[in-house]
Amino acid sequence: MDWFVFLALLQDGITTGAIYLLLAIGLLIVFSVTRVIFVPQGDLLAFGTLTVAALQSGRLPGTLWLLDGVSVLALLASLFQGRRAAMRGLLAWGLYPAAVTAAALLLAPRELPAVSILLALAIVTPMGPLIWRFAFRPVAGASVLALLILSMALHFVLIGLGLVFFGPEEASAPPITDASFDLGSLNVSGQTLAVLASCGVLVLGLRWFFGATIHGKALRAAASDRLGARLVGIDAGATGALAFGLASFIAALAGVLIGAITPLSYDAGFDIGLKGFVAAIMGGLVSYPMAAAGAVLVGVLESLSSFWASAYREVIVFTLLIPVLVWLSLRSGSPEDRA
Amino acid sequence: MKARLFAAVMAMGMLGATAAAQAQIKIGAILSISGPGAAMGVGYKGAFDFFPKEIAGQKVEYIIRDDATDASTGYTIAQKMISEDHIDAFIGPSLTATDAAVAPLANQAHVPMIAMAPYEYDPTKQPYTFNDAQPLPLMVAEVFKYMQQHGVKTIGYIGFSDGWGDQVLAGTKQAAAADDMKILADERYARTDTSVEAQALKLISVHPQAIMMGNSATPAALPVVALRHLGYKGGIYGNHGIVSPAFIKVGGGAVSGVIADTSPLVVYTQLPDSNPIKAVASTFMKEYTAKFGPQSVNPFAGYSYDAMLLLQGAIPAALKVAKPGTEQFRRALRDALEKTHGLVGVSGVYDMSPTNHNGQDSRAAVLVEVKDGAWRAIQ
Repeated sequence: MDWFVFLALLQDGITTGAIYLLLAIGLLIVFSVTRVIFVPQGDLLAFGTLTVAALQSGRLPGTLWLLDGVSVLALLASLFQGRRAAMRGLLAWGLYPAAVTAAALLLAPRELPAVSILLALAIVTPMGPLIWRFAFRPVAGASVLALLILSMALHFVLIGLGLVFFGPEEASAPPITDASFDLGSLNVSGQTLAVLASCGVLVLGLRWFFGATIHGKALRAAASDRLGARLVGIDAGATGALAFGLASFIAALAGVLIGAITPLSYDAGFDIGLKGFVAAIMGGLVSYPMAAAGAVLVGVLESLSSFWASAYREVIVFTLLIPVLVWLSLRSGSPEDRA
Repeated sequence: MKARLFAAVMAMGMLGATAAAQAQIKIGAILSISGPGAAMGVGYKGAFDFFPKEIAGQKVEYIIRDDATDASTGYTIAQKMISEDHIDAFIGPSLTATDAAVAPLANQAHVPMIAMAPYEYDPTKQPYTFNDAQPLPLMVAEVFKYMQQHGVKTIGYIGFSDGWGDQVLAGTKQAAAADDMKILADERYARTDTSVEAQALKLISVHPQAIMMGNSATPAALPVVALRHLGYKGGIYGNHGIVSPAFIKVGGGAVSGVIADTSPLVVYTQLPDSNPIKAVASTFMKEYTAKFGPQSVNPFAGYSYDAMLLLQGAIPAALKVAKPGTEQFRRALRDALEKTHGLVGVSGVYDMSPTNHNGQDSRAAVLVEVKDGAWRAIQ
């Protein structure tokens, strides 16, 4: 293996690592606030890619009608919960989907890449809060295991919907930039830099959001102590919706970014989500910097093991979990102590 | 009272007699119409719309059931078809795994079956099993013949990390040994992978003259794009699993020049007029595309159609021996199928024998190349 090969592998690994990092962040936000391991996040990533692809070919994606349909249910439900909830529901589940649908109807035939990307983000992002509203909020107090099982079930529901909406074929998203330049003998594509830049902007944006805004602080409070947060008047329903909204936005963004590098099919999201989960586990499902390091490690390890022993790549990546779990459990003491 | 009972018994007896006289040939088809195999199942099923309602003066009933791309469902359906529908022959199953599950059942009940997916078995041990899909080694051998003519001595292999990747590799090894070529690398990736950059780098680092791919459908475009992006200049070859318009759509300009084998039906319009398959395929496809559209051409409808042609060719001989619905008829049908000689189908030409229940030769494989955004037959 010479330097060229090593650098090329490193570039490949860091690019995929950045995608895993995005998913790990989404998983961490949702888990710390609601204790849900958000398995369907990977499917929302595939929704992101396929929604852009559909809009780019001038078709209206099935996800748009899903958004409209479930939003109507959420709107009806909110009408029975007092005036304030009804007003809020009208805004979030009435006006917003109506505006997105109108924009999609008007703009989809133009097939402009930037517009398609923004529309896809606008369509997929509300899926998170809707999933929270109908699937998780009614059972928010259940055990982590029960929530995980529910999460798995939702994954299968979304995969089925994905097949109905988009069919079995793969599709790709439009690249944000076509530029590419040579760094020595290494060819770096603009899309790779776009992935890394988006990742950086998102991390800084989240840092500002959690540090400087009232909603971000509410999320942090709910994450550090759910009961305490409720006692000081933080609405558990709203923080949950916000956490799921952030996660689905991140998933859609990751889908748009990676979809331009490689075509995805409706069922490709789960594997990517699983790698993001491995990264999040490395952060013990609490630490963002550790999860970031884990994501890059998974990406680079995947790239290197593809080179050395491609048939065993998944084995190598997932085996990495074992020492990490051993170390985590040793560090946090025996299970009896934690309980 | 007695007279009335007698009349009733007589009437029932006559009913039974007419039923026997009207005995029709029943053919059971087990297809994967829903589930992950649905994209292929649509093709398999579409062909049945154009099957004859009568063969050699006998009415034919086709019973089509969906196994939902699940072998155990297929097995249950096969059991029902044998014990309740009393079918005379199976068309299908259309999935390799279901073929393997149903074959013992069909052989035990002495019901001839024409499997429609590549399925390996010993016809002397499963005398009732026939297969009209091209065996993989036959297809791969055609690709290697072309490589050898173009002076390729070393190849790199990249395929799926699943059964299909293993099957194509086995075929590749067999053909490479026969043609005295060296396989320098064996790289694998999963259908859902998002990057094969590393595998492509590895392949390039061992400098093969050509790349052979053991993958299928649109994920097959991924290594081609990566190899071309990294500046690989050698030839890239694939198997029939990649030959579809979707492969070109996903791969774009990078897949130009990729060569693969395919069923003659897929490029029937480009076959030379001297090829007997062209006339049969044109007749079938004229009806098929009129109903399903010009973009609907696919190899899978051809396997259903050939299964029907095989049965159509064998049924007259079997009718001379016994009536449909009897074991003697099924036995005679099997014997007649085994004697099929020079039957021109849309996927190949069939010459069966007791040791060869597929009967196809190199005429069942056509080489195609991606040129100007479409698959073109190499003459």
